[in-house]
Amino acid sequence: MPSHYPIDATRTDLAREFMANPMGPHGAALQRIVTRMRDTESAGRYVLVTSVPYQEWVLGTLSAKRGTDVTLIEDQVFSSIEDAERAVFKLRWEAITGEPLLLD
Amino acid sequence: MLEKKIAGYSDQVSVAPGEHLRFMVSCEPGVDRYQADIVRLISGDRQPNGPGYIDEVLPTSASGEYPGRPQETYIGSYAIVPHSPAFDDLNDLSLQACIFPTLPLLRRACLISKLDGERGAGFALWTDPDQGLVLSLGDGAGGVREFALGRPLVSREWYLVSASFDATTGEVRLAQELLDSYALNASSGEAQYTNGGDVALVSDAPLLIAAASREVARGRPVGELIFNGRIERPVIASRVLERGEVESLRGGPIPRPLRSDICAAWDFSRSIDTDTIVDISPNRADGELINLPIRAVRGSAWTGEELNFKNRPDHYAAIHFLDDSLYDSEWETDFELDIPEDTPSGLYAARLRAGDQEDHIYFVVRPPRGRATANLALLIPTASYQAYSNMRGTIEAGMELASDRLAVINPDDRYLNRHPEYGNSMYDFHNDGTGVCYSSRLRPVINIRPTHPWLWQLSADMHLLEWLEAQELPFDVITDEDLHAEGFGLLERYSAVMTGSHPEYYSTEMWDAVHAYIQDGGRLMYMGGNGFYWRVAYRDDKPGAMEMRRTEDGSRSWASEPGEYYMAFTGEYGGLWWRAGRTPQSLVGNGFIAQGFDHSSYFRRTESSHDPRAAFIFDGIDDEIIGDFGLIGNGAAGLELDWASRIYGTPPHALIVATSEKHTDAYIRVNEDIGHMLLSIGGQDDPRIHADVVFFETPNGGAVFSTGSIGWISSLFHNDHDNNVSRLTRNVLDRFLDPQAFE
Repeated sequence: MPSHYPIDATRTDLAREFMANPMGPHGAALQRIVTRMRDTESAGRYVLVTSVPYQEWVLGTLSAKRGTDVTLIEDQVFSSIEDAERAVFKLRWEAITGEPLLLD
Repeated sequence: MLEKKIAGYSDQVSVAPGEHLRFMVSCEPGVDRYQADIVRLISGDRQPNGPGYIDEVLPTSASGEYPGRPQETYIGSYAIVPHSPAFDDLNDLSLQACIFPTLPLLRRACLISKLDGERGAGFALWTDPDQGLVLSLGDGAGGVREFALGRPLVSREWYLVSASFDATTGEVRLAQELLDSYALNASSGEAQYTNGGDVALVSDAPLLIAAASREVARGRPVGELIFNGRIERPVIASRVLERGEVESLRGGPIPRPLRSDICAAWDFSRSIDTDTIVDISPNRADGELINLPIRAVRGSAWTGEELNFKNRPDHYAAIHFLDDSLYDSEWETDFELDIPEDTPSGLYAARLRAGDQEDHIYFVVRPPRGRATANLALLIPTASYQAYSNMRGTIEAGMELASDRLAVINPDDRYLNRHPEYGNSMYDFHNDGTGVCYSSRLRPVINIRPTHPWLWQLSADMHLLEWLEAQELPFDVITDEDLHAEGFGLLERYSAVMTGSHPEYYSTEMWDAVHAYIQDGGRLMYMGGNGFYWRVAYRDDKPGAMEMRRTEDGSRSWASEPGEYYMAFTGEYGGLWWRAGRTPQSLVGNGFIAQGFDHSSYFRRTESSHDPRAAFIFDGIDDEIIGDFGLIGNGAAGLELDWASRIYGTPPHALIVATSEKHTDAYIRVNEDIGHMLLSIGGQDDPRIHADVVFFETPNGGAVFSTGSIGWISSLFHNDHDNNVSRLTRNVLDRFLDPQAFE
C-alpha cells in the first residue's frame, strides 16, 4: 500500500536541498518527502531503463505485470542518474501536490 | 537500445577435470550464429570505476561457432498417469476430488483429463470461470459434449467436486460443495442432465491430473490449461457413486464394497518426498509429477492440531499445482565439453558472443575428485545463487524504496520479463500469489552472471575472485553442491576456506560440514553478510532442485502458510536456521541484523583489535577507519550486516575487532529482532544496526574470521588493491594458511 504522507508544496527549500544532492543522504524533512515519492504503486512507477550500459538511461514506467514490458518515455533521456533523479522528483512533486515545482 | 536475445544453461554446475558438461542455448530472432568459448573468469564488474571484465580463454574442443535457434520451455506442474487397463472398460463413470482453486476466474482449467477431442473419446473435468464445474465427455463422433454446473467457484476455498455419467439412463450429474460454512453461499450447487446422449468414455489419450494435453514433447504429454490450486484425492470410478459414497472416498482407505468399482484413487499423502503419486486402488495406476508442484501442503482435512506433515499425512493429502512452476527446461544440447585433464580448478564460463549479444554460463572446475590442488578453497555459494536465480522483483515491483533511488531496468531484466517460462526465484510469487519454494538450476538463469550490473551473489563475488587472482596464491574452487554431497571430507583437505559474499542458504549437510571443519582445526573466512540464514533441502533423485520454506519470520518477500513449515524433500523443519536451533553466530560468530541498499558505511577499530590475539589481523595497518571506500555504496559496511551477539551464540572468547557506524535510516533491523514495533529501528537511531568484524579461535588450532558485511569484498579493488581492507584480508589469509595452530 503506497505512502500517504502529504507534501507541503510551499517547502521548495526541501526541493532545493534535493536538487543539490539528489543521491543523499538527505535531511530528515526531505527524506520524508523522498520516501513518500518512492513508495508508490508498482504499476506506473518511474524507472530508468538502460539504453547504453553505465552511460545512458531512458525514463520508463513499470507495467508490474509479468510478461508486459516497461513503457518507455522516449524523450526523457539521461546521461547521469543524478539528473534522472532530479527530473523524476519534479514530475512527482507536481503529481502529488498538484503544483509544478518552480525553482529559479 | 540494447536488447538481450541469447541465454543458456549447463547440465552441471561443478565438474572435475575429465568430466563432461552439456550446454543448452536459446537465441531469439536476429541471432543466427554465435561464438562459444570456454573462459576462466577473473573479473566481472564493468562499472566505470570497477576492474572491468577479464577472462582467459581455455582452449577446448567446444570453442567454435554454433547456429542460434529458439528453444521451447514447457512450464507448469501436473501429473501424468501411464495407461492402465482399468480405464479401458469404462461404461459408467464417476469423477471426484477435493479442490482448492487459487485462480478460478482466470480461465478454464483442468482437474482430470483423459480426453481425445479429435476423436470424440474420453472424459475431462474442469473448472470454468463462469460455469464452475464442467464435465466433458467424448461423443464418439469427433465431438465433445459439455455439462456445466453453472456456479462460479470462489478462490481459496475447499470444495468437494464430483461428476458422474450413467450409461444406462444417460443421466449426468455434477456437484460442487463448499466445505466451509458461510451464511451466504452461492457457489455450492448441483446440476443434473437427464440425457447425456451418445458417449464414448474410452480413449487412448493420456490421463493427466491438473492439466489437459493435445501435444507431446520431450516424450510426454505437454500440460495445458493447468489448474492453479490444490487437488486432493482424485478418484475415477467405473459406476455412478452416490453422495454418501463420494464422501466416503474423500480420505482413508477405499471402503471394501467400493473396491471393485474404483479404477484409481490417488492418495497424495503418500511418497511426499518423491515425484510419484500413489494410486491406492487395486489397479495401482501410479503417476508421475512434472515440474515440481508443491507437496507437504495442507489438505481439506487439516485442522491445525498437527503442524508436521509426517505426523498426520492425512492432513497433508493435497498437492498445490501451478501453471508457472518449472524443474528442467530440457532444451536440446547445443555443444558439449570434456574438461581437459590438466584444467586448473577455478570459476569458468561458456562465453557466448554474437555482435552486441553476450552471455556467460558459469560453472566451476573443482579439483580432481578425492584431492585438493591448493591449500585454500573458495567455496562458491551455489545454493544462494540458486535461490536468487531469475529474481523478477526489479522489473515487477522496482526496488526503489529499498535502495532509496530509482530502479534501473537492464536489458537482462526486460529479457527475463519476456520469458515467464524461465521460472522464478525464491523471492518471487507464482501467478496465483503463492510464494516460490522450489528453485532449479536446470533452466536459463539471467541474473547469476559475472557481469550482471546488479552486484549481487556471483557478480559481487567476482570482486573476491578478482582480488584472489591478484594475490597470486593458488586456490581451488568448490561449490555448495559439492559440499552438500561430500560433507566434511571435501573441506578437511584445505588449510583455509573462504566463502562468498552472501552464503545465505544452507542445507543441513552443508552446515554440518562447515561446523565439523571449524571444530577440526580448519580456518574459515566468512567473507560476507547474512550467511547461514535460511535452511534448504536437496533431493538425491532431483539433481539441481532445491527447496526452502519461509517460515515464522526472517527478512522475506513472502511467508509460508501456517502448518507448511516442514520441507517436502526431507521432512526437515524449514525457515531460519535460528528457529531450528542453530544461530549463525554459533557457527561463525556473526549473524544477520540489518539491511539497507543506499549508502554503505565504514568500520572503526575497537579496543579489542589491540588484543595480542588480533595483532596479526592489523599488521601494517595504522588506520582507525577501515573501508571508507568500495564499489558498492562506497563503503565496506553495506547491503546486509551481521552482528556478534553473546545471546545469539557468538563464542565468549570471540574478538570484535572492528564495528561499522553511521548507517542511514534505509538500514533497518531484521524483523526477527523486532519485538514491539517502535520508531527507532533505522540506522540513525538503533545502535544494533552495525556490522562487526569478528575473529575467534576454534578447537584443534582452527579459527574463524567474519567480515560482517556483504559489502566488504567490494572494497578490495580500491586503489589497485592497496588499501586497508585488502591488507587486512591478506593478513588474515596468510595467517590462516600458516599451519601453526591457533591457541
